Amino acid sequence: MNEQTPIAERAEKLQGLGCARKRVEDARFTQGKGNYVDDIKLNGMLFGDFVRSPYGHARIKGIDKEAALAVPGVLAVITAEDLIPLNLHYMPTLAGDVQAVLAHEKVLFQSQEVAFVVATDRYAAADGVELVEVDYEELPVVVDAAKAMAADAPLLREDIKDKDEGAHGPRKHHNHIFYWDAGDLEGTQRALSQAEVVAEESIAYQRVHPCPLETCGCVASMDKVNGKLTVWGTFQAPHAVRTVASLISNIPEHNIRIVSPDIGGGFGNKVGVYPGYICAIVASIVTGQPVKWIEDRIENLSSTAFARDYHMTGKIAATKEGKITGLQCHVLADHGAFDACADPTKFPAGFFHICTGSYDIPVAYVGVDGVYTNKAPGGVAYRCSFRVTEASYFIERMIDVLARKLEMDPAELRMKNFIAREQFPYTSALGWEYDSGNYHTAMAKAMETVGYQALRTEQAANREAFVRGETRSLMGIGVAFFTEIVGAGPVKNCDILGLGMFDSCEIRVHPTGSAIARLGTISQGQGHATTFAQILASEIGLPADRITVEEGDTDTAPYGLGTYGSRSTPVAGAATAMAGRKIRAKAQMIAAYLLEVHDDDLEWEVDRFQVKGNPERFKAMSEIAFAAYNQAIPGIEPGLEAVSYYDPPNMTYPFGAYICVVDVDVDTGVTDIRRFYALDDCGTRINPMVIEGQVHGGLTEALAIAMGQEIRYDEIGNVQGASLMDFFLPTAVETPTWETDHTVTPSPHHPIGAKGVGESPNVGGVPAFSNAVVDAFAHLGLTHTQMPHDHWRVWSVAQDLGLHG
Amino acid sequence: MIPASFDYHRPESLAAAVQLLGSLGEEARAVAGGHSLIPMMKLRMAVPEHLVDLRSIAELKGICIEGRAVSIGAMTTQAEVIASDALAQVCPILRETALQIADPQIRNLGTLGGNVANGDPGNDMPASMQVLDAQFEVAGPEGKRKIAARDFYEAAFFTALGEGEIMTAIHFEAPSASHGYAYEKQKRKIGDYATAAAAVILVMEGGRCSQASIGLTNLSDTPLYAQAASEALVGSSLDPAAIDAAVAAAEAIADPVTDSRGPSHFRRKLAGVMLRRAIASAQNRAA
Repeated sequence: MNEQTPIAERAEKLQGLGCARKRVEDARFTQGKGNYVDDIKLNGMLFGDFVRSPYGHARIKGIDKEAALAVPGVLAVITAEDLIPLNLHYMPTLAGDVQAVLAHEKVLFQSQEVAFVVATDRYAAADGVELVEVDYEELPVVVDAAKAMAADAPLLREDIKDKDEGAHGPRKHHNHIFYWDAGDLEGTQRALSQAEVVAEESIAYQRVHPCPLETCGCVASMDKVNGKLTVWGTFQAPHAVRTVASLISNIPEHNIRIVSPDIGGGFGNKVGVYPGYICAIVASIVTGQPVKWIEDRIENLSSTAFARDYHMTGKIAATKEGKITGLQCHVLADHGAFDACADPTKFPAGFFHICTGSYDIPVAYVGVDGVYTNKAPGGVAYRCSFRVTEASYFIERMIDVLARKLEMDPAELRMKNFIAREQFPYTSALGWEYDSGNYHTAMAKAMETVGYQALRTEQAANREAFVRGETRSLMGIGVAFFTEIVGAGPVKNCDILGLGMFDSCEIRVHPTGSAIARLGTISQGQGHATTFAQILASEIGLPADRITVEEGDTDTAPYGLGTYGSRSTPVAGAATAMAGRKIRAKAQMIAAYLLEVHDDDLEWEVDRFQVKGNPERFKAMSEIAFAAYNQAIPGIEPGLEAVSYYDPPNMTYPFGAYICVVDVDVDTGVTDIRRFYALDDCGTRINPMVIEGQVHGGLTEALAIAMGQEIRYDEIGNVQGASLMDFFLPTAVETPTWETDHTVTPSPHHPIGAKGVGESPNVGGVPAFSNAVVDAFAHLGLTHTQMPHDHWRVWSVAQDLGLHG
Repeated sequence: MIPASFDYHRPESLAAAVQLLGSLGEEARAVAGGHSLIPMMKLRMAVPEHLVDLRSIAELKGICIEGRAVSIGAMTTQAEVIASDALAQVCPILRETALQIADPQIRNLGTLGGNVANGDPGNDMPASMQVLDAQFEVAGPEGKRKIAARDFYEAAFFTALGEGEIMTAIHFEAPSASHGYAYEKQKRKIGDYATAAAAVILVMEGGRCSQASIGLTNLSDTPLYAQAASEALVGSSLDPAAIDAAVAAAEAIADPVTDSRGPSHFRRKLAGVMLRRAIASAQNRAA
């Protein structure tokens, strides 16, 4: 270490906070050297594959395994009957319900798991699946949440038909799951009845699927000699899986090891526990061999973890001048056949009550009815915090609907109602405490950068040209301003199955000035190995390149609740900073001993402790680390390690202003996203390049949802579009150029002021696209139209408005 | 997504392939690029016991142009169709069509013969074969014969290809040097089949349309040769009335299914829009 090196140069070498450091993960991913679950090959490994229901609702009258068992290589066919003695035919869900592991007596959705065929290779397993004969008796199907609540609707869940009380209160119908509400009903009704203007709209957010490139899968290996179960799998929360596995199987938790290797995208799809995991574990216990189960694409899209399917009805009250005075929302939430939503226990509708958005709304009320239908279970947070993208879509559409009614510019209406900077920390009408924000500044910057007024002028000219017959294209401008709520969460109100949603980091500094940090989270593409090392570099003064970040192995990583809901930076990132500060505190004592001064006479500077007023006398962290292991220091234990378990005092509230410009071909329904500007404020920016990558990915998924994705069911329960032929996964060709920008409003309670960001672009992006499409037709009277805005739906809007002559 | 087991054969001559298909009987299928058949096998919607792979048969490959007579071997890939400047010189609609099929990786393997012989109404080349009035040469146990493209398609996945027959080549007379052409296709994303597509070839003489030929893709259970629509243009100056008449005639024969691309009535209207745009583009390109 050269003592003459200037501070700035030393700081730069650390590649700490704010550095656009290249992702260390990419060296292996870009060379095809990643290690995913399906790359794992063990001696004697067997393969499992599912027999799935072709029907949406049917009684199982019999299962004949004989022909399947005759296939060479097929070793076993497991059905519910085999799991009943183990009490494993049902498993607990994250939402307090139970889900069939293998269908018992009847099937409740198409593609439901009916039998698990175990064979020596995946080809034999697939042949076996073909030959399992299941005798079904079809039953009436319900795929519409409103129809599920009709008095004469067929009974779906016979297993709980006598339960009047669910996990979240009374059930008012045999297909009802829960009613959950927040806010002041009476006050809201008063505001609505006294309002000068009330705008109403029914807004459905269609059923979609996270569709990560890598599907779900696992390898389960029961070592019968030492009694240890190891499961490698696509798990976004490996420790939670270990605890759940222990509770279900009665295997002591120390004898279960869960490993998440490289994961090819999660987006919420890999939070839940699926029948495939349980069946692979059971099969490994039964056969004594490792068992692999990997979903194919159709299975992934049709059985594991849908998202959304929220049917929202809203009323928003305002003065004639556009000051919002109240908001009411009712949601009919289609949860499918089992309530397997991944939400914190106390929040069966997630954080949907963030739906007052970025606005200072004095009174509000939200009520959510959860309902069973003959559709796949799930309800995961697809690249968003729990139900936040539904909430954001709802409020951002409602604001536009209100703007039309008031004949006011939608950007101006937003400006008029934003929570002002001086109001933070701000407690919303539905009970959230927003940590920090500067909404007016962000919106003003966005409008100025895109030239908002000029765009509106151009739009007016376009509309006149359209009337004159000079163009068949209409221009739409979509504005969205979102507030996310991420970083679940404070243990006092956030838990999953009783597990508090803290997170953790354990650091070991090695004698030669490098370190390993282990965390309770798990990267699925977020780049934790890059960014957490940067947090630590700035905290402990060792270069990020000399810090290994390791996650995902429950035998080595400290306990944590995993990665989803943009919680890793707000929670585990905070734990990393706090553990780093413990390292530094001990380092200060060591440095004081070495420099023969009192602790208080030292100050920290980039990578060293130096004597106050005498910077030539210092000890760099690398020297301190060596001393920690090699010098007997009175009163100080050898070694330099620290652990932090961080229970966040609050969520973080990232926000942003998005503006989308679209040209709509009214004759074909083709939409061309001409421009998309995204300003994100995620507080302190750890790595601008990683942030930009996250925003690009999130916007692309928002484009996919708004413009094409849909998991639809026909009236007899056949799932439509469960392959990539129909399910819209945009390629580079369909993806427009993204313009990114930012402001920085640090979180006041986070150790480094950072908020989450990975999911913001999905939360803000979807309403921006949707608002742009509606805006293209707004002058003709359109206030709302159903997503996704695919060609035929957009064409239908033009047709209904009489634009086709 | 795992096919049932099958035996794989790779003959090196056409005669050997014909003999194999004849001896293996109806449980055998010929495979060209495999980008239609293999996905069907993975879904177990096609369960052949034998696959006869045609890729090693040199005589099924290549593009031969003599004057305006064009012959293209059935195993010529879409990428090779696109890369041939000589072909684009005499018959540019094939490059334009091929560029709208799937994506570059698939076009490197997918073949012209497979695209036209499979009988999938979503395939793009058959409509262009309709407008070119192409002849398909096939070889089978009874020897070789030619079938007109306009007579080839019977229903979805049902064609005039007989038991044990292999498509060997596509022959056609390139339209006059002054012709205009266009293949207009609307799809949801890269790799998708057409929501609606129209192929147009026309010749203008002295401001009048002297020849016109129109084909439609994925708008019925077979590719469509839109004869009445074509005739509506011939003799006209491509004035609005003539184009309206052609569009009406094309919409009248379009009978698309309702699918995830949209309902039938939308896709029929879109056929008209694609045709209108294809005519405009072809007119611009006509000398």
